[in-house]
Amino acid sequence: MKKKRKLLLGDEAIAQAAIDAGLSGIYAYPGTPSTEIMEYVRISPVAQERNIHREWSTNEKTAMEAALGMSYTGKRAMVAMKHVGLNVAADSFINSAITGINGGLIVVSADDPSMHSSQNEQDSRCYSHFAFVPCFEPASQQEAYDMVSDAFELSEKYHVPVMMRITTRLAHSRAGVDMKAEAEPQKKIKLPDDPLQFVLLPAIARKKYKTLLSSYETVRLDVRISKYNSFRDDRKRDLGIITCGIAYNYLMENINNRSLRYPVLKISAYPFSNDIIREITDRCKEILILEEGYPLIEDKLRGILDNGIKVYGRMDGTIPRVGELNPSIVAKALGMPPTDIREVPGVVKTRPPVFCKGCGHADTFNALIEAIKQYGPGKVFSDIGCYTLGALPPYNAINSCVDMGASVTMAVGAADAGLFPSVAIIGDSTFTHSGMTGLLDAVSKNSPVTIIISDNMTTGMTGGQDSQATGRLQNICTGLGVDPAHIRNIVPLKKNHEENVTVMKEELEYRGVSVIISARECIQTASRRKKNTIKDH
Amino acid sequence: MKNDIILSGVGGQGILSIAAVIGLAAVENNFFLKQSEVHGMSQRGGDVQSHLRISGKPVDSDLIQLGKADLIISVEPMEALRYLPWLSPDGWIITNSSPFINIPDYPPVENIYEEINSINNSIIIDAGYLAKEAGSARTENIVVLGAASPFIDIPYESLESGLRKLFGRKGEDIVQMNLKALKAGRDFAVTKI
Ligand SMILES: Cc1ncc(C[n+]2csc(CCOP(=O)(O)OP(=O)(O)O)c2C)c(N)n1
Repeated sequence: MKKKRKLLLGDEAIAQAAIDAGLSGIYAYPGTPSTEIMEYVRISPVAQERNIHREWSTNEKTAMEAALGMSYTGKRAMVAMKHVGLNVAADSFINSAITGINGGLIVVSADDPSMHSSQNEQDSRCYSHFAFVPCFEPASQQEAYDMVSDAFELSEKYHVPVMMRITTRLAHSRAGVDMKAEAEPQKKIKLPDDPLQFVLLPAIARKKYKTLLSSYETVRLDVRISKYNSFRDDRKRDLGIITCGIAYNYLMENINNRSLRYPVLKISAYPFSNDIIREITDRCKEILILEEGYPLIEDKLRGILDNGIKVYGRMDGTIPRVGELNPSIVAKALGMPPTDIREVPGVVKTRPPVFCKGCGHADTFNALIEAIKQYGPGKVFSDIGCYTLGALPPYNAINSCVDMGASVTMAVGAADAGLFPSVAIIGDSTFTHSGMTGLLDAVSKNSPVTIIISDNMTTGMTGGQDSQATGRLQNICTGLGVDPAHIRNIVPLKKNHEENVTVMKEELEYRGVSVIISARECIQTASRRKKNTIKDH
Repeated sequence: MKNDIILSGVGGQGILSIAAVIGLAAVENNFFLKQSEVHGMSQRGGDVQSHLRISGKPVDSDLIQLGKADLIISVEPMEALRYLPWLSPDGWIITNSSPFINIPDYPPVENIYEEINSINNSIIIDAGYLAKEAGSARTENIVVLGAASPFIDIPYESLESGLRKLFGRKGEDIVQMNLKALKAGRDFAVTKI
């Protein structure tokens, strides 16, 4: 078949490969560094032509479940999220391994080691092993593309979901990718042979769990796994090197074009057969292990006693225990002589992200700061989004940012403990992602909390995707049972400042659930929308 | 042929457009390329960088090793200095002169110029002025690219055709404005080498 070549981000390579593999639907909630997977499918002409489902979901759990529903019908589905999104989707993810799948199902989880845009650097490979789900970890954009069709096939052959684990540097790096000239046809609807396959009553679940465990053993030997784990021997065998995923590139950067030679085991698919580990440990005296993420294989290789083969890695400090790898860290681990490196001069100051000029969140914070001053500091729980920048000077206005939705529920818990006032400030998309259920808790026990929804009518932090909350907040809050007299609407503009402070003061004093919807469109999305309408005319 | 380039600036200043133009030009010449970009949090007015690697042979790492970059191209002077640890001993810095001040402790800009000038191979260009001359302040980033073009081992015509591909959708006026900006940057730089 004739091939096409295109410059693609790692994220885009996965998206393109899924389309080319006959994808019928992709489900996702935005999150750096995974967002561009869905964004690519959304604007793909082929996806449009083929009517591939490609709408954003309310959160990662609804995305995961909808993808499982599509798989139930026999069609191929993909779900994409950032690593912490998998925590939200974990219940359905882990149980989907036990039900098994019908149409091929790929779960893409994009990790963010070094926490460039995240609150932690958890390693999704732990989840794949925890759920007994095979996992692909591409080293390059091309490998990412190639793995997707193998992942779908593997998924259908063993009736399990398959994970693709990528990290920031692959997700957001572009390279040339050879792709199929033509996309495969989509699968037809064909319901599961066993009508009880997806019914996890204990008696059924017990059987299915055993099946899962045994397929996790056989899948190790499948060629679709083994072909991505390759051992390259060398005559010089003092030190052998194991790399996982993108770490392979950093190693090659250092040893290609030089006379450095080592036996190298490249791991890019899990679970691997233990024999492939023995290939290298039987030959070499010492092992250096390069993993982008947690020292997962390293920990297993050492075992509790750590008295076997000498291992260098993250756990003994050869490589920093935290943060992402890079070619310089790998050079140091290989004992290469340090290069002369210039220092960053003292005149260079840090430049943290800030609110855009004219951002409505800033006006909301200015009003809140004034309204709450009389109660003293420490009373504002917040959440994840652009508005988290309210934590930084000159605002210093929030006291928490933990996980999507936690502002509402932490405010409830603190109010239970007697904190007054107890305030949550949350973005519109975060609110529909995971804040609504917490608000129901508050309503059902009439907690004295004030919830401010800073509504910019978009999912701003991740680049302005549509927000499920837009136009629905009033109805959601009334529907959940908030007293309409205490659902207040304000517009965060400088000229409304006094009025907004007054509204906030009134609601802070109210000893029950109140919601203040502070709504003004994100200036980034607004200007993009204006540009587009001009173009359309 | 091998060019390892760090692009730097502040979120929203258009470093990804520079990367895209060089990328298109590299592809036209059948070079291998890897380009890692920053998305997410820091795009909100924070510092942003992109590692762009072009080579006649396949590129391994998506990231440039410390001390190995041939070129730092910066749309903002303080941001040029942030990536000094990446610059190779004989590498060049090409930077815009106009500071983007969105922090309270931004240093006096003369101190920044002094640091940049203390590096032998450096060019500071008033891209804002040249961009306005070319027709629009919005082409500042392309002026900086033009100033860096003599240091990139890709034919200048390919950069021009990269610009055409990138801005073609926006109409011929925009294309011409950017071509002028590119040329203005290049003309300035060749007098400084
Ligand atoms: C579980 C989880 N999913 C996704 C994200 C990524 N994320 C962080 S902020 C954000 C957008 C929040 O949008 P919104 O609440 O509307 O606030 P805005 O950024 O628009 O101010 C997203 C999607 C995350 N941190 N955690």
